Amino acid sequence: MVSSSMTSNGASLSIVFDRLRWEEKELLEKALRLGYNARLVDAKDLVFSTSGIGKGTRAGSAIDGMNLGDVVIQRCISHYRGLYITACLESLAIPTINGYGVAETCGNKLLCSLALARHNVPTPSTYFIFSAEKAIEMANNLGYPIVFKPIVGSWGRLVIPVKDREMMESIVEMREEMPNPLSKIYYLQEYVRRPPRDIRAIVVGDRVITAVYRYAAEGEWKTNIARGGKAEPCKITKELEDICLRAAEAVGGGVLGIDIMEDEARGLLVHEVNNTVEFRGAASVSSVDIAHEIVSYAMRVVRA
Amino acid sequence: MAKVRCLECDRELNVPSDAIEGEIVTCPDCGANYEVARSNGRIELRPAESVGEDWGE
Repeated sequence: MVSSSMTSNGASLSIVFDRLRWEEKELLEKALRLGYNARLVDAKDLVFSTSGIGKGTRAGSAIDGMNLGDVVIQRCISHYRGLYITACLESLAIPTINGYGVAETCGNKLLCSLALARHNVPTPSTYFIFSAEKAIEMANNLGYPIVFKPIVGSWGRLVIPVKDREMMESIVEMREEMPNPLSKIYYLQEYVRRPPRDIRAIVVGDRVITAVYRYAAEGEWKTNIARGGKAEPCKITKELEDICLRAAEAVGGGVLGIDIMEDEARGLLVHEVNNTVEFRGAASVSSVDIAHEIVSYAMRVVRA
Repeated sequence: MAKVRCLECDRELNVPSDAIEGEIVTCPDCGANYEVARSNGRIELRPAESVGEDWGE
């Protein structure tokens, strides 16, 4: 099922989604306004097969009769659905933003932390542990509070500031009962002493196009806008720009949301890089037309 | 404005005729979420997926 709007004979672009949010509608509107043939494509209706792969042509023109155009902006809210659709698209030689490698790295906090560390991007000290016993032992050795995060997930869900040994043991006990094998990979991160806010910067290609402070909602420790946090403009300093571009490069580049904490002693620390960046909160306070920038970047990728 | 009925509680729901496929409609009575779909030009509702463990940015 495709929602389509054709306005010109220029380059064509598909926005693949599985939950239509403000951002996807905004991207469509800006793409149409820029004169591109743009459409929304529901990921739940897509079917791929091996038959179009390896033919040496851009086979995107014929996937189950659906033309996905010159470039795809991947906007699935489900990480795994988006990731594997991107794998299919890339095998069909359809340029996809972001690429599979970027999505895989950013969608997994363990892989993302490793990539940042490999590129010497300042991050909070983070530990990866592979058994329940060792996770408890490690948390006790590091001391409390310490932050536990699931390695896949978003919007701050199940991210827990662990206050003491008893709480840590309860978390581990619960994780061990969960059927998902990823529940048994333990990701512990130092509790950073920061103001009650973090910074969300949006990188598009080789530029930091905007940045906002995200303040935690009242009674909340997490700053996610999805949890009721509010945004305020943030000046893009040379230091901020530098760390954002290094973080973007570390994960493979593209359209990315870089989350940064301001540590009282060490300055800026990148704690997360988001692959399918939500930008409604940032757009509400930014003077930059974020969707316009993303669509323009997608078209530059096609022409490169 | 198209009139459709909530599949859960049967309340009448008004969906703008220019609604985009995939837009979410929530029943104010029972809270059920639906995606707007079209079939032969007619607006229909299909149950929306609930939040998954891997949802987000």
